[in-house]
Amino acid sequence: MDKMPRWADVVLVPLINLTLAFIAAGLVVLAIGQNPFDMVFFVIKGALGSTTGIGYTLYYATNFIFTGLAFSVAMHARHFNIGAEGQAIAGGVGAAIVLLAVPWPHWTLALPAAILGASVFGAGWAAIPAYLQARRGSHVVITTIMFNFIAAAIIGFLLNGVLKDPNTQNAETRHFGQGAHLPTFEEIFAPFGDGLFKSAPVNVSFFLALIMAFLVWVLIWRTRLGYQIRAFGSSHTASAYAGISAFRVTIYSMLISGALAGMLSLNVVMGEQERLIKEFVEGAGFMGIAVGLMGRNHPFGIVLAAILFGILNQGGFELLWEMPGISREMVLVIQALIIIFTGALVHMTRDPLERFFIRMRKKRA
Amino acid sequence: MAEGGKQGRRETAAPAIELKGISKAFGPVQANRDISISVNKGAIHGIVGENGAGKSTLMSILYGFYKADAGDIFVNGTLTVIPDSQAAIAAGIGMVHQHFKLVENFSVLENVILGAEDGAMLKPSLAKARSHLLDLAREYELEVDPDELIENLSVGHQQRVEILKALYRHADILILDEPTGVLTPSEADHLFRILRNLRDQGKTIILITHKLREIMDATDTVSVMRQGEMTATVKTADTSPPELAELMVGRKVLLRVDKKPATPGDVRLRVRDLKVRDDAGVERIKGISFDVRAGEILGIAGVAGNGQSELLEVLGGITPASGFVEVHGNEIDLSGRSSDGQSRRARGIAHVPEDRQTLGLIMDFMAWENACFGYHHDPQFQQNTLLMDNAAILRDTEAKMKNFDIRPPNSGLQAQNFSGGNQQKIVLAREIERNPDILLVGQPTRGVDIGAIEFIHQQIVELRDAGKAILLVSVELDEILSLSDRVAVMFDGRLMGERTTSETDVKELGLLMAGVVGEAA
Repeated sequence: MDKMPRWADVVLVPLINLTLAFIAAGLVVLAIGQNPFDMVFFVIKGALGSTTGIGYTLYYATNFIFTGLAFSVAMHARHFNIGAEGQAIAGGVGAAIVLLAVPWPHWTLALPAAILGASVFGAGWAAIPAYLQARRGSHVVITTIMFNFIAAAIIGFLLNGVLKDPNTQNAETRHFGQGAHLPTFEEIFAPFGDGLFKSAPVNVSFFLALIMAFLVWVLIWRTRLGYQIRAFGSSHTASAYAGISAFRVTIYSMLISGALAGMLSLNVVMGEQERLIKEFVEGAGFMGIAVGLMGRNHPFGIVLAAILFGILNQGGFELLWEMPGISREMVLVIQALIIIFTGALVHMTRDPLERFFIRMRKKRA
Repeated sequence: MAEGGKQGRRETAAPAIELKGISKAFGPVQANRDISISVNKGAIHGIVGENGAGKSTLMSILYGFYKADAGDIFVNGTLTVIPDSQAAIAAGIGMVHQHFKLVENFSVLENVILGAEDGAMLKPSLAKARSHLLDLAREYELEVDPDELIENLSVGHQQRVEILKALYRHADILILDEPTGVLTPSEADHLFRILRNLRDQGKTIILITHKLREIMDATDTVSVMRQGEMTATVKTADTSPPELAELMVGRKVLLRVDKKPATPGDVRLRVRDLKVRDDAGVERIKGISFDVRAGEILGIAGVAGNGQSELLEVLGGITPASGFVEVHGNEIDLSGRSSDGQSRRARGIAHVPEDRQTLGLIMDFMAWENACFGYHHDPQFQQNTLLMDNAAILRDTEAKMKNFDIRPPNSGLQAQNFSGGNQQKIVLAREIERNPDILLVGQPTRGVDIGAIEFIHQQIVELRDAGKAILLVSVELDEILSLSDRVAVMFDGRLMGERTTSETDVKELGLLMAGVVGEAA
């Protein structure tokens, strides 16, 4: 009945949260005797100050778009998929198998195949928790987080076994070959000037992530499946009344979620490393939860939130170089504060703001 | 009217409750507008009004749930500020909510002292409460076993516990919000005896209800609310149900449904030996059989919780069952994978569920998304195999909103932002405009205002006259009697007997509802 304007909900609330996060982070920085304004300056400069910085930012953002979308699709069905980490690992294995199995002549052929491999494996890894939820009522929160550990163990086993490159001591596969090389932004933007996005890992997967964001929007708001997913997520009882199958919605939403998480590997494994390594997800799966929450489970919001978290990630790493007084752990603390303020504490600012708007409106009336 | 003239038994004391100029707005909605009312000591004062008229808001202000924007409250002549329910209790005001606030697995005694314990140890409080409780019970005919668990009590007895709770806290003024919604007619009669008893002992009762019959039966004075305003306060003896209805709605209302005698055709829905168990394995429906013919309305009466909800859910494909159900001569699957809401709709069964908020609508979906809910597989709503045709759904919704006069006519508004009556109209429009062969309707007018009730009843009768079979489940006996052609009463999962509506009355049905088998009527 009483709501604040949409712009306030979508723009003002995240901005206030972000400001609060920076204030809190600033206090921490202050406490260790560093200048918080320097921190903000170097974060922004590091992330956006050069095309290389932007290239890194977008590279991280690509990961977060995939995992943010993965989280949100499941969330629309009110399934809390926190297994993007494991599903991404499975996706990496799937992509690697496809890319190693065939000597690909060109990336335009290799990419679709890798998409298929990554999404089938990612979806497959989500399928077991999904089935257990749909048939046995085992909560996906529990099962997906456990499956993260299993996936981490399995990839270690594979990379020390059948998938291992015999010519190296490292737990990694051999190089995928030049035919599987995804064009980086540096190569794509070469015609527009020298040194753009120099040595940044951002590659065509960024566009794939944007396409997926659009497709997720179509899925959720334009298709019958999306309608059923949203209906089921809003009310299980009403869905039963309408004859919407809980089993099907649960399975489909989780499979799509897993497939999207699996696609993260296209960016990292295929795009940057060009081989499968053990720890390539690096928490992006969990970051997807914060991205999904901050983006209000809307693809557009998720893209924006992903870019923001990309900035923080890249800017945070730059801080290490620019401010020797700030350690890597301190960067993590700052990032964690921002996640807490923007993700977990949304309602802390949202509710008072809503009351404020209602009071303003009443005063005007 | 500040003087207690009507009762005559009171000296010229100040009124028990006097509200002056109470106003309360929720955003743009003015829920209460400059309301003044005074309730005499030792009177039963009724407050009637349609849903959304502001009755509950007014009582919530009195009980400290909301703070009024303007206006004063006088309790026994003294200006009183009531910031929360603790203050209301301290001022001697007690409230019996529509939905009881009892702890199911606590005993009566434990529930009564809950929140009013003295000290950290329970034992002394319990002992004190026991004797006090027995006194109260004797004094007001409010017998309940203090050691019985709430979950073992009937609804009527649970309500007595709520009243006892209020009296235990020394309430002199009792507010009862829609107290008879869950009671059989005889339980309701008993409640009114208790209320009269309390009144005669000097307590003041405020009775909120939308049932005019209860107002006429139980109250001394009555106030009518409409759209946030108090439109009239009259002595009950000087008014009549049609006059009250007109005051409530602001125009003349048909309290009786205008309908021709039914012309039943062949059997559309045949139910034989239907049995349902719930998740806990308890048998909720214990083998019932009935037929519904084309062109007739079969009403299922009964107190809520006797298996009617389960019956609708089984026929609507929500819960599995065992037994035999035939639609148009074809048996339908009652268990197994192919039994769901979709398969029922394919057989021409439309279902207006009892609870529109948890079953019939997705509350945070917009009206147009709700208007195709359940029929979202329909070819007319598909653009191609992949995409839904949102434009077609919107057009369809706008037509439905027009035909059913749904207000506001804004298809982009979320279902939760419509009033109860308009929510119900969205569901009805969706189900009726499908032109189904069989319509299952549960509580079609629960929480719906009188103006809309009239409209909804007309729609149901029109569908019957178009030769459709209609199964109506309602806990409102008046509704059953005015709509149905035949009535069956459900009690404890069984059908207690079937009557032709014209040959039965409230008294007989009331006995059946209480499980008393009629003397070969």
